[in-house]
Amino acid sequence: MAIELQFELERGEFRLRLDTQFPATGVTALFGRSGSGKTSLLRCIAGLEPGVRGRLRVNGDTWQDDTHCLPAHRRPLGYVFQEGRLFPHLSVRGNLEYGYRRIPPGQRRVHPEEVVELLGLGTLLRRRSDELSGGQRQRVAIARALLTSPRLLLMDEPLAALDAASKAEILPYLERLHGELSIPVLFVSHVMDEITRLADHMLLLEHGQLLAAGPLQELLTRGDLPLARADEAVSLVEAVVERHDDADHLSILGLNGMQLHLPRQQLAPGKRVRLGIHARDVSIALTPPVGISMLNCLAATVREVHAETRPGEVLVTLDLGGQALLARLTRRSVRSLGLRAGMPVHALIKSVALIEGR
Amino acid sequence: MLETWISPQDSRALWLTFKLAAITTLVLLLLGTPLAWWLARTRARIKLVIETLVALPLVLPPTVIGFYLLLLLGAQGPIQALGGPAFAFTFTGLVIGSVFYSLPFVVQPLQNAFASIGDATLEAAASLRAGPWDRFFTVVAPLSLRGFLTATTLGFAHTLGEFGVVLMIGGNIPGETQVVSIAIYDHVEAVDYASAHVLSALLLGLSFLLLISLYALDGRFRMRLS
Repeated sequence: MAIELQFELERGEFRLRLDTQFPATGVTALFGRSGSGKTSLLRCIAGLEPGVRGRLRVNGDTWQDDTHCLPAHRRPLGYVFQEGRLFPHLSVRGNLEYGYRRIPPGQRRVHPEEVVELLGLGTLLRRRSDELSGGQRQRVAIARALLTSPRLLLMDEPLAALDAASKAEILPYLERLHGELSIPVLFVSHVMDEITRLADHMLLLEHGQLLAAGPLQELLTRGDLPLARADEAVSLVEAVVERHDDADHLSILGLNGMQLHLPRQQLAPGKRVRLGIHARDVSIALTPPVGISMLNCLAATVREVHAETRPGEVLVTLDLGGQALLARLTRRSVRSLGLRAGMPVHALIKSVALIEGR
Repeated sequence: MLETWISPQDSRALWLTFKLAAITTLVLLLLGTPLAWWLARTRARIKLVIETLVALPLVLPPTVIGFYLLLLLGAQGPIQALGGPAFAFTFTGLVIGSVFYSLPFVVQPLQNAFASIGDATLEAAASLRAGPWDRFFTVVAPLSLRGFLTATTLGFAHTLGEFGVVLMIGGNIPGETQVVSIAIYDHVEAVDYASAHVLSALLLGLSFLLLISLYALDGRFRMRLS
């Protein structure tokens, strides 16, 4: 199950050339600077770019190739535009029903009641679209797209036009979407926080070309990509909630037989969670340190020592029971510890962020 | 009671004028809508020329339009030479003339209305499975109601007051091509001011009513939309 695409688009100075595929499950983030072609790629997939050449196959169905091209209104996808683009002449209900009524009843897999519930739209149905706040408009736009029972949901920075409060309001809805409806999502963003919260897979664009594609955890920690080399470089680690220590107000998470300590969280034991660990918060010791205040010290293996990210600073990828963890160290430390690929070490983790909701 | 005020010939002219205005408006809406849509969306260079041609009746003396239409539609004109009927001095001829004469009053409001609907909204409709015709009737038309209202009223009202074009290609055949404006002219020529008064006042009152209802409706629209 995959979405395979190969596109070529020229528009003035801008040129998009891509040949890749991504899984037709979960959330794929489309990441890149502004002008890298993220929106153009979404528009090509949606059939909104008349000048594009190439091919597009979704789960084996050809939507576009050399000989034919489905027009936008025949492609079974949902598109959430950056600005919502609600119909001003229709109420919220009218907007929601617009796409739903155009789907043959036998093909409807998503129904108004569940989407209204999922996105919390119950009290808004009679409102006109110009009476909604930014966050409400985006929720209606997402619900409207979902009600076409799409086989692929495209979202173009659905949070970009929102203030922090509206963003905080809508993110949990997006997470529920992921958990409760099995519709693959291709999600444009240039905000790392949104991506680490929502995505499983990532396409990295630069100047209209694909820089890398793969599982999010892998791409975040690849030393040859700008993500790992950035100041804010972060590794994603999956762990399971084991138990809570109420006396010390801690939560204890299991990670491949090892234990991580976090300040007490409201999480049920057994729940899988995603943790974010900044490269600058990881130190390395050759032997398990004693007499130290840090709680989180895990056995790891050096996977790779990368080139310097800036003078005197070296990025190291560790293997933490199969999961990659970035550490940013000084050149002097790397030399004095004699770090090489394959060496067993201990990773000292200063702080761990729980990435909500997963 | 009405007969004491209006002669049978004048009431025939009134009826004919309304019939002409109604048919002309209908034809203009049917032809003007696709033309306005094309003008609002195209990037072709010929758009400039077509826009200018559509606007010409605003500035040309109606007699000029009438004169060329007379040459085109009359006996020995190219249409007749190609085996078509002679339209000059018939009701059909009047409709053709009025369509040209009132064209900008229908096309321009529609074009403005269509242009104000961005590609963005239409793309959203397409992504919700609406095909081109579906998009026109469920998004473009409802969002252009004001434009259609203005186009219909102006097209109708402007055709009511037509004189020059009608005179040139319709002549003045009572019951066939004689419209109110020409009947008024005839009455004045014959120094029958009473009859001229009745018809003029009728036309004045009617045009006022049409325009005031347009502006009233338009104002309500604007309030609802803003």
